[in-house]
Amino acid sequence: MFRLNINAVDYDLDIDPDTPLLWVLRDHLDMTGTKYGCGINQCGACTVQINGKPVRSCQVAAGKILKQRIVTIEGLSVDSSHVVQAAWVEADVPQCGYCQSGQIMAAAALLDRIPDPSDEDIDRAMNNICRCGTYQRIRKGIHLAAAKLAEKAS
Amino acid sequence: MSKGVAIVGRRGFLKSGVTAAGALLVAFHLPVKSASVPAVVIDESAVGDQADEINAWIFISATGVITVRVAKAEMGQGVLTALPMIIADELEADWSMVRAEFASANRNYVQSGVYRDMATNSSTAIRVSMPYLQLAGAEARQKLIKAAAEKWQVSVDACYAEYGKVYHRPDGRWFSYGTLACLAAELSVANVRIKTPDQFSLMGLPTKRLDTPAKVNGSAVFGMDVRLDGMLYAAIIHSPVEGGVVRNVLFNAIRNMPGVVQMVRLESSVAVVAKTFWEAKVASEKLPVTWRIGDQANSYSDALRDQYIATLDSPGVIVSEQGETTAALDSAETVIQSDYFLPYLAHAAMEPLNCTVRITAARLDLWAGVQNADAALAAAAQASGIRPENVYIHNCFLGGGFGRRANMDFVSEAVTVAKAVGKPVQLIWTREQDMRSGRYRPMAAIRFQVGVDLKNTVVAYTNHSVSHSILKDLGAPLRNGIDPTSVEGLANMPYLISHKKIAHTIKNTHLTSWFWRSVGNSQNAFAMECFVDEMAEATKLDPMAFRKLYLAHRPDLLKVLNVLEQKSQWRHNPAAGRAKGMAIHACFGTIVGQVAEVSISSDGGLMVHKFTSVVDCGHVVNPLSAEMQIESGIIYGLTAALFGKISIENGEVVEGNFDTYSMLKLRETPLMETFFMPADSDRWGGLGEPGLPCVAPAVANAIYKLTKRRIRSLPIADYFLQPV
Repeated sequence: MFRLNINAVDYDLDIDPDTPLLWVLRDHLDMTGTKYGCGINQCGACTVQINGKPVRSCQVAAGKILKQRIVTIEGLSVDSSHVVQAAWVEADVPQCGYCQSGQIMAAAALLDRIPDPSDEDIDRAMNNICRCGTYQRIRKGIHLAAAKLAEKAS
Repeated sequence: MSKGVAIVGRRGFLKSGVTAAGALLVAFHLPVKSASVPAVVIDESAVGDQADEINAWIFISATGVITVRVAKAEMGQGVLTALPMIIADELEADWSMVRAEFASANRNYVQSGVYRDMATNSSTAIRVSMPYLQLAGAEARQKLIKAAAEKWQVSVDACYAEYGKVYHRPDGRWFSYGTLACLAAELSVANVRIKTPDQFSLMGLPTKRLDTPAKVNGSAVFGMDVRLDGMLYAAIIHSPVEGGVVRNVLFNAIRNMPGVVQMVRLESSVAVVAKTFWEAKVASEKLPVTWRIGDQANSYSDALRDQYIATLDSPGVIVSEQGETTAALDSAETVIQSDYFLPYLAHAAMEPLNCTVRITAARLDLWAGVQNADAALAAAAQASGIRPENVYIHNCFLGGGFGRRANMDFVSEAVTVAKAVGKPVQLIWTREQDMRSGRYRPMAAIRFQVGVDLKNTVVAYTNHSVSHSILKDLGAPLRNGIDPTSVEGLANMPYLISHKKIAHTIKNTHLTSWFWRSVGNSQNAFAMECFVDEMAEATKLDPMAFRKLYLAHRPDLLKVLNVLEQKSQWRHNPAAGRAKGMAIHACFGTIVGQVAEVSISSDGGLMVHKFTSVVDCGHVVNPLSAEMQIESGIIYGLTAALFGKISIENGEVVEGNFDTYSMLKLRETPLMETFFMPADSDRWGGLGEPGLPCVAPAVANAIYKLTKRRIRSLPIADYFLQPV
């Protein structure tokens, strides 16, 4: 039995600690917002934040992240009010939507680190795959979110 | 008007709360799907509002909420918004009151096609559904007007509908739609009239997608997100070589692994069923299976490529012939010939294939993202033996389709497994299974030979293509020995040349081919439009000038070329080190012209900086999603052009995941500018696919300008490029 803190809630889990976090979220906790796309650290559809950093949850054994602060798309905000979510709606980013949880978690982590990222910062940080090709709007969405952050700060 | 609105959620049939195996909740309970966000499994099968509906497409509640049934799949292209817009416009609805839900394939079966064709392919969702959706909306509007007239005891001619209300013209009194809906549902109307385009109030306005809110907070339910009480998970192992069958399998080797419940042996695959997908996947990878594989094991893509190109020397089956091509070639001053080659491609949708099935005594419920709910119903009925009227397809959001989810192989397989297990099962293909047991975009070799006379005019044109036929794989009838999908873009090539002969040869391998975004256009436009640049060079013309000259008889294409020339600043030199390449192609009722601007670094690094697109699709329902579809086609096409290749060794598909089947990333994304031509006819062209075919040739043509090297096979990553 071990305990994970996910979206500010403690969960006691009686499962194999080698289970990747992705499948703990999806199969054991029914938090299906975090997606399976490749399972090998390539696509980023499973991106969550651990202690504020973007992490590919398919690569993290659940038993190795005890006492860490895990945030999934379900916990980014309770009402879709996070600046990235608001910017995503405003910039009309999603198409099929399957990769967007991971994109949003990666973008939110980028903005935590660099509140006003340059295009080069975005290029470096955002290497999640989107098959619908929403990349141009993801870039626009991140700049929009940065503007919203600046507005809030002033 | 364009406010994003919540989608009605009815998740009563899904498992509620957090009750999964092995998880014990402590502290306070945070619901997985917060009540403050719209939940979005939306499907009519679980509802049953049919009694009070205005017609099969439209239900209006007493509070005025308008639920519109969408009979097509939402795979990112925006039909969940665009199709309700068509109905809402005719209905004179207040758009903020409109909700969307997936129409029931069961009802479509039981009520003999009340939702017409639910197949979502060939960029048809709007161009084919348009007339009957307009009629449905107009009929509902007329019923509401008639209901108001009856209540007031006045003539219907004295009443009109506007923005969710019916007004009495002489005195301005009104009823809202909600208060009229019950009565309207009982009425019938004749002489239903639809609007002309100048009367549209909603169509043509950029409108926020209804599904966006659910796609930014994780609440949108894709097939893989379905959770049912007592549900088990299955991982599937297919024969590594297509056509192989299971010879022997040792379940005892994994029987005691964690979570493993049972194994289901099928003819050419084995499913491992466990309490979680992770456990099923881990066990399936340890399962000892041997396969009976025939001559397919001797198949290699390099050898197949050689065979395809060698077959170009044969005459092929004549598709069309005009003039005296042989004589014209013989008398030409110069003859140029080029061979093009395109590999198999996988669809690689972001969401790997999956399907969830629950079978009870006489009823089957199936949850999946499918491009054809009618076909899923038929496949499930056949695989289960349950009568089709007792089969319910709950269509979910598709994590990408691109044609792959129109094939029901994964549906039939999941039904067979669930039937054997006797409990609800969610069957998931791993990414590797999805890619290696794919249904591939055909491989093709394409030859052109043209004769040019002393005046630099192209006087003779021959074309022979050799390609894997989708229709032959399907066992569908061919047309005079030709699969029309294999020659689209070649058989109807638009350039005016007096003598021409077009031939084709079908050559299939042990792989199974399938429809891939833009189908035959995806390979043929590459070869055609690259060769057009070769013809331009042979006739000493600029690529734009050549196209204008040889398309002088096609005002529809000329119009697009003229705008493209202007918007791309074709005549202006690009920044130092960059070059522009172009292509034009018409398919699915839409013409697209594109210019790519590229550069190549000294170490061979190719960068595509910009794509300018000019699109003539006629009328547009939602300009916002229309633009998104062109951008999507560019990225999907550019990914294939730069990296896409499925290789075969020992009969097995080599590429299995995104480490070997590379994807374009954000940092490689060009700036995309898209311009839509104003509609000048009643045409509603497709948009899901036409953005793709010009991408590869536009890039290849630009590369030639920088390197003087013709790109005649894809992917471009196979070339080492050097600027000259």
